[in-house]
Amino acid sequence: MGVEVPDVKESFPQAIYTVTIGATPEDGGTRAKVVTVGGETALPFHTFEGEIPHPPVVAMEVWDVPGEDWPDVVREPFSEVMGDPGAWAVKCVEYGADLICLRLVGCDPNGADKSPEDAVQAVKRVLETVGVPLIIWGCGNPEKDNEVFPLVAEAVKGENCLLGTITQDNYKTLVAVATAYGHKLIAESPVDINIAKQVNILAMDAGFPLEKLVIYPSTGALGYGIEYVYSIMERTRLAGLGGDKLMAMPILCDIGKEVWGVKEARAPREEQPEWGDERLRGPLWEATTAYVYLMAGADILVMRHPEAVRATKAFIEKILGRQG
Amino acid sequence: MAKKLTGIEIYKLLPRTNCGDCGFSTCMAFAMQVAAKKVALDKCPHVSEEAKAALGEAQAPPMRTVTIGTGDRAWTVGGETVLFRHEEKFHRPCAVAVRFGDDLPAEELAAKVKEASGLRFVRIGQEIGVNLIAVEHRGGDFPAAVGIARENTDLPLVLICEDPDTMGKALETCGDSRPLLYPATAGNLEAMAALAKEHSCPLGVRGKDAEELAQLTPKLKELGVEDLILHPAAESLAGTHAELVRLRRLALKKTFRPVGYPTLAMVEGDDPFEVAAQATAYICKYASVVVLPPVGPEVALALLTVRQNIYTDPQVPLAIEAKLYEVGEPDENAPVLVTTNFALTYFTVEGEVERSKVPAYIAVVDTEGLGVLNAYADDRLTAEKIIKTLKEYGVMERVRHKKVIIPGLVAVLKMEIQEETGWEVIVGPEDAAGIPSFLKNEWNPN
Repeated sequence: MGVEVPDVKESFPQAIYTVTIGATPEDGGTRAKVVTVGGETALPFHTFEGEIPHPPVVAMEVWDVPGEDWPDVVREPFSEVMGDPGAWAVKCVEYGADLICLRLVGCDPNGADKSPEDAVQAVKRVLETVGVPLIIWGCGNPEKDNEVFPLVAEAVKGENCLLGTITQDNYKTLVAVATAYGHKLIAESPVDINIAKQVNILAMDAGFPLEKLVIYPSTGALGYGIEYVYSIMERTRLAGLGGDKLMAMPILCDIGKEVWGVKEARAPREEQPEWGDERLRGPLWEATTAYVYLMAGADILVMRHPEAVRATKAFIEKILGRQG
Repeated sequence: MAKKLTGIEIYKLLPRTNCGDCGFSTCMAFAMQVAAKKVALDKCPHVSEEAKAALGEAQAPPMRTVTIGTGDRAWTVGGETVLFRHEEKFHRPCAVAVRFGDDLPAEELAAKVKEASGLRFVRIGQEIGVNLIAVEHRGGDFPAAVGIARENTDLPLVLICEDPDTMGKALETCGDSRPLLYPATAGNLEAMAALAKEHSCPLGVRGKDAEELAQLTPKLKELGVEDLILHPAAESLAGTHAELVRLRRLALKKTFRPVGYPTLAMVEGDDPFEVAAQATAYICKYASVVVLPPVGPEVALALLTVRQNIYTDPQVPLAIEAKLYEVGEPDENAPVLVTTNFALTYFTVEGEVERSKVPAYIAVVDTEGLGVLNAYADDRLTAEKIIKTLKEYGVMERVRHKKVIIPGLVAVLKMEIQEETGWEVIVGPEDAAGIPSFLKNEWNPN
């Protein structure tokens, strides 16, 4: 006697927007390849009931200054290249990066306070040395970012970079320069789904197409508020697939920056003997944080440690059923 | 397939005398409350056994809860009600099990079981740890191995053995400790059911997908075993993930009783990153029991934290204990920073203070789990409360500078605190990310 099992496949009315980053020479850029994310018509890795045409990708972080506060475990793989963003980017590509996320930390007025021209030099150096597309992330100081981005965006005109971030308080300059020079934008919100939507509306009202945005809902490391972001991402993705055009963007998670600031990733074994070896624990904390966000719908992961990147990419392949 | 009964359907099962003994004036009013699950059927003293049976079946929760083990360490899984934690919450944290083969030498097995049972950590005031020890028959002396495991752990066991005779011998050493028996399959169903029934143990059922499992569970139910845990043993991570999603949806959205049970997933391999990857996928998406290969503290800490985070109740603001925290070894020149007891706020502040490498005091005000701005808007972070908190902690007596740093977002409180106490109030950064440069460049105890 057979038991009939009801069908529980689900379909959604709307696909997540497809966002391409980078441009090859035939499209007016210089990239050897482009990266496309989004386009999914199902929940994360639900290949049994929808399309996941563009699996999640990993961007590796490069700074315009050495990563002084990076703990040894994650500095060592880059120790010889940290003074040169170009060489640093090459190393990342060797480690498997799909994109480079160049973070202009050095422009921070409370740090090295580098000039917009310095930032342009760093960006150009990375463009010269690697063929992957670029994410360019400001220092986070709104006034300074508004000085830096007009020059940077112009210098990479036609490269179709992903620039960030716009927030509800500071979006006009970035929207203007991204529009003028043909770039995509990261829309940031502070672990708040309503503000996430609001930033998208502000960008749209300023004339920026929704299909050129990526949502950055803020990121918490594993153990540090990850569940809040996890649920906001699930709600965002359900809304987007469900037909909300203001929420149907790919989602970016800034993993490395958060993970390498918490003690589970940083503390040496001597300080926390019961936690085991930090040479495994640090990269594992970063990878596990990435796994959790992938399950919630992350499309772009910004990461640091080569081992965590390798493991994350392997996980994506496996849960998509592309390898054993 | 059983459906939820409507008020009218329940009414038809009642005596319809409007006697009022249930506390409601009419049977109809009572039926409506029962349908809404606000009142239990047994509040009606006159209800018939047939009605109880009909209703009991229909009103049973869509996913059964199952307890493994007995006593303090018993672990209950299942009883979940939603597919996404934001819809309500996940109710019962999945059990994390670590498995060992019976082919290990006795001493090694004993040591490893002890070690795995000791994988316990304290995070945000909660103890998190491994919950179950699994012993797997791999051609060794299974009953002896189970005996060794029992001697070396107080955690409940999972007995993994396909042969009912061997399982039966091992069970003789287990008393009434209610280990989880695994696996019942199409091949050994009746014998395993008999063992589970005799020893009143929960039983793990293995089938490659929801279809196969749905064939097996009605037979087990008929044999009198209902404490079941379903293992969809697909060949790949992708396949198992898909089946776990299907099982959860079938149980909750279709109330499809044959799979209305908790679930189990087996993690394979020995690369720590791969083990963590599989286990994270299963913890997030719907395994009630996750059975790991032997792992070290690094993997255990990460996975137990994933479990703790995913099973946190999203309706309750996560608060930490309001007290005086020390970062590094603060002395009389150390800065005093004020923040709230919303865990996310506190941990961000603590992380940034640590990053600054400046030893400091963090005075946490009890804002009932609200962040700085919400707490301010709600009058839970006021000048008065900050002063009271600082006085209670006696922190201003520990430092010689009499300066206190308040969050930049509540700069408006500065004058009131200053006038009330005579302390010098310094307005800190609005965003915690500004703390390291603030402490390095602007903090001066003199």
